[in-house]
Amino acid sequence: MLTVSGLKRLHIFASFDLQDGECVALQGPSGVGKTLLLRSIADLDPNDGTVKLDGALRETMPAPVWRKRVTYLAAEPGWWSDTVQEHFSGWDDALPLVARLGLPLTCGPWPVQRLSTGERQRLGLVRALMLQSRVLLLDEPTSALDSASAAVVESLIAERILNGTSVLWSTHDNAQASRVGSRVFVMRTDGEIEENRP
Amino acid sequence: MTYIQLTYGDLILPALLVVMDGALSLVLRLKLERQLAIATVRMVLQLVLVGYVLTFLFAAVSPLWTALAALIMVLFASREIVARQKRRLLGLWKYGLGAGCTLLAAGTVTIFSLATELHPQPWYHPRYSLPLLGMILGNTMTGIGLGLDVLTNGLVRERAAVEACLALGGTRYQAVLPVLRDALRSGFMPIINSMAAIGLVSLPGMMTGQILAGIEPIDAVKYQLLIMFLIAGGTGLGTLAAVIGGARLLTDNRHRLRLDRIAPEGAA
Repeated sequence: MLTVSGLKRLHIFASFDLQDGECVALQGPSGVGKTLLLRSIADLDPNDGTVKLDGALRETMPAPVWRKRVTYLAAEPGWWSDTVQEHFSGWDDALPLVARLGLPLTCGPWPVQRLSTGERQRLGLVRALMLQSRVLLLDEPTSALDSASAAVVESLIAERILNGTSVLWSTHDNAQASRVGSRVFVMRTDGEIEENRP
Repeated sequence: MTYIQLTYGDLILPALLVVMDGALSLVLRLKLERQLAIATVRMVLQLVLVGYVLTFLFAAVSPLWTALAALIMVLFASREIVARQKRRLLGLWKYGLGAGCTLLAAGTVTIFSLATELHPQPWYHPRYSLPLLGMILGNTMTGIGLGLDVLTNGLVRERAAVEACLALGGTRYQAVLPVLRDALRSGFMPIINSMAAIGLVSLPGMMTGQILAGIEPIDAVKYQLLIMFLIAGGTGLGTLAAVIGGARLLTDNRHRLRLDRIAPEGAA
């Protein structure tokens, strides 16, 4: 279980729990701070407050260990090497997911520049899913995808949730929010979140 | 060892060449005459002043005065480094990082050469230590300035890539390594280029000076080689220290990228 209490970053102030195998949708107008909240939970920006995974404070472990368990996925994932497969510790192990998301199996040696925005977004998801994290912090993970690809992503994440992964899923799509989330958090412009039970 | 001594009068005719440049600027409306005049006057004043300061230092051979002169040189070098940065660090580190690394690298290499090769009496004799330090400083400064500039710009430009690596559980060293490599390569480039071109394209000023002063060319070459090796060592050491130091300052112990520690662009 992920426990967030009194998390503060700029104007953001949030407290909530995320059970194992639970998916919560995060909504709110653009620029309200949804990304800031997700990044803060992953400890990618300086922030105050207590965040625990199964009772263990994140400060008790090195930040890289925390982020392998509580993984943030940006809407536009970054790439630090030239080819696709250099971003994976085991490209062959990633192939089933690559195929499932409708990407060509031959794209391993492709230069990243060759990928479309949607392909990058799906490959970024595959890269993050390979970590088998306990908690996924997804920042608009289907923003660049057509509805068919988005449906595949949703079902893929749903499987992970069934296996006990917790997900905080930021989305602008109200229909998607009620489809994927068992609860919906709405971030207000004052930086606090309120819960809408569907 | 004989050399042809110059009087100040001998310099009047060559100085007319600069006046010619100024006239050219006026005729072609390049608007460079003001800058040219200021630069020329600065050069004359600075060099004459340095001539007298060195005369005094060489006569005094005092460890204190020599150290003070070396310190002032390092401070000017660090100011040059900061002036060449497009993005600057916040707070004391703005000057501190450059100054610390130039001092470390140029100081170490200068003392190393004095202690192992030249053996002047006393070891800090300003006739040897200050010219050596000056040559090494000038080049170390360039390497550090370039390295830091590429590092800060690279981290800003590659922010998404660096943070993607961090978000996937990479350490700050893994995440900044691609940018770090670019920065080190840029820092090393000038010295590699000048080593490759030396003798063919350019005759180094110091060697030319020694030859004009009556030293056998092959002896001047040995001195030049010594200097080039020292410069290469100093540049490597200084650039490495500055780039790694800069990368540490722009990340924190929770392995976050801290671009908030770069001053906003355009800020003085």
